[in-house]
Amino acid sequence: MTITVDGINKRFGKFQALNNVSLDIPEGKLTALLGPSGSGKTTLLRIIAGLESADSGRIAFSGQDVTKLHVRDRNIGFVFQHYALFRHMTVAQNIAFGLESLPRKQRPAKAEIQKRVRELLEMIQLPHLAQRFPAQLSGGQKQRVALARSIATRPKILLLDEPFGALDAKVRKDLRRWLRNLHDEFHFTSIFVTHDQEEALELSDQVVVMSQGNVEQVNEPTELYARPDSRFVFDFLGQVNVLSGEVKHGSLSQGNAWVTVPGIRHQGNAQLYLRPHEVRLATTPAAHANLPLRIEAVSLIGSEVRVELRPEGWTSESSDNIWEVGISHAEFNQQRPTRGDLRYAVPEVGHLFTGKDTQPTTVSWAEAESPPRVRLIK
Amino acid sequence: MSTANQAGAVIPQRLPRIGNRSKRVLPGFGLSLGISLLFISLILMLPLTGLVMEVSAMSFDQFWFVITDPRVVASYKVTALSALAASLFNGLFGLLLAWVLVRYEFPGKRLIDAVVDLPFALPTAVAGIVLATLFAENGWYGQWLSKLGIEIAFTPVGIAVAMAFTSLPFVVRTVQPVLEELAPEDEEAAVSLGASDGLVFRRVIFPALWPALLTGVALSFTRSLGEFGAVIFIAGNMPYVSEVTSLMIFVRLQEYDYAAASAIASVVLLVSLVMLFAITLWQARYLKRIEGR
Repeated sequence: MTITVDGINKRFGKFQALNNVSLDIPEGKLTALLGPSGSGKTTLLRIIAGLESADSGRIAFSGQDVTKLHVRDRNIGFVFQHYALFRHMTVAQNIAFGLESLPRKQRPAKAEIQKRVRELLEMIQLPHLAQRFPAQLSGGQKQRVALARSIATRPKILLLDEPFGALDAKVRKDLRRWLRNLHDEFHFTSIFVTHDQEEALELSDQVVVMSQGNVEQVNEPTELYARPDSRFVFDFLGQVNVLSGEVKHGSLSQGNAWVTVPGIRHQGNAQLYLRPHEVRLATTPAAHANLPLRIEAVSLIGSEVRVELRPEGWTSESSDNIWEVGISHAEFNQQRPTRGDLRYAVPEVGHLFTGKDTQPTTVSWAEAESPPRVRLIK
Repeated sequence: MSTANQAGAVIPQRLPRIGNRSKRVLPGFGLSLGISLLFISLILMLPLTGLVMEVSAMSFDQFWFVITDPRVVASYKVTALSALAASLFNGLFGLLLAWVLVRYEFPGKRLIDAVVDLPFALPTAVAGIVLATLFAENGWYGQWLSKLGIEIAFTPVGIAVAMAFTSLPFVVRTVQPVLEELAPEDEEAAVSLGASDGLVFRRVIFPALWPALLTGVALSFTRSLGEFGAVIFIAGNMPYVSEVTSLMIFVRLQEYDYAAASAIASVVLLVSLVMLFAITLWQARYLKRIEGR
């Protein structure tokens, strides 16, 4: 089932939660609604579910208008952040609830319901806990039960509100993978809300980035990461290193930091955005950039060594005035950067926002070691 | 736990229980429990001991004779049935009232919320006189009801009305907080699974309210068993028909027969105690299940 969101507005008192939001959610795909708190993502999900009504606008499932349809008639599965399991019912009774709530004519026979509950328990790998009460389960188990409960009636649409938000990191990772498999097996049209960019990029087929009640950008995760449309999306998706300054004679500078920007005609304010992997660290300044930084911390965990640096003689708009650069373990072993060392950041690819432009220009300094042969992409 | 104690660093895994020798996080357990027990002894236990002492001065035959006196037994029936009717009525009406006060916003809501406690604030005798006047044959309600052939004042029904009036707050005040804390997600989850409103109430809301409601009804019932002031003015106090047990106690007291009064009182007390205890036990089991372990 496709989901069409058409011109949805929602206000809570003076607060505009959703501002004329329109979206197309493709069938059988896992879509993430990503944004900071207060961006309206949960409100949008609840309006799609029918748990909240919009002030204006239209919701359609596969072209059929469901705006006026009550949530119980929309045939959706909804999973809550805090599980919302019925505390006085056993796991099995919880899962059976949806089937037992069907109108008498559609309701399967008792034995049939029991069989389906057993299947679902097998699927969530918790058949041994059928007779337990929710209070006796761990967070991850509760959320799996909640998922099983929501898909017991075989809805075509599965909506998840920060489904892993209340779980610890390890469980979250397992459950994420498990949800992905579940989705691939059953081909729901799924939407899940998250404020965790990593979760959104890893899990989804399509990401909808939201901010202050507006949709900022919709795209596949890889595209979104590679080509953010706006400063907001850039900032929100992963760590970013910013040099904000003034462009004069083809060079962006602030304090004692400068970067030559080939082929630029713009004069005045500009911001250069660099991802951690688009920067190298060198012990001497490069011909095209002078970005002195002092090492603040080195983190060895993960497939890459993460180095945090503080600008020396200039300031950055990045979070906490910190730049983050990823280097390989091989490089780390060679250079042995330690806290307090001075390094020069050498940008290889960057994204330049000039003036009030919302779209960045991607700049590349490929093979930029002297003599600089530069080219402009886009 | 024991290794932690030896190391001198205690990180309790859960709140300490009575009898657990490990160091407690909150200080003053001994002091606060001591003061509590002292006051329970002075205010509750000592008078009850007096009652038991008074009763124990009687032989069992005397005791049995007093408490099985036909007029007293008739009063048990009247009291128990009226209290049952009153507490069941309060169970229904109190639940409705709590529901309205928690779930809806309307002008005057705070006022109604305050008025609910009025039966506690009002001297029960005043309540009794007011009710008797209202339901008397020429009273505001009584004149209409008598036309329909319904008599309330000076009948057991009147007793139930007075009991219901004085014990309504018990139900409202026990159900209200539970209703307030009910997670809206539970209902939303049920509705998203296709449940009708009736089903949501029956299978999701009511089971959560049930322990509190039962406690409220039980409190209302035991309070009604002992109600005196409000009841005697409206009851009519006809022997074998509309005499309540507390009146029987009062009558014995007026005859300076303290032993007999204590004997009857001990019956009421025992019934109340057993009932409250049973409900506490049942509730503990039920809540244990919901809250885990």
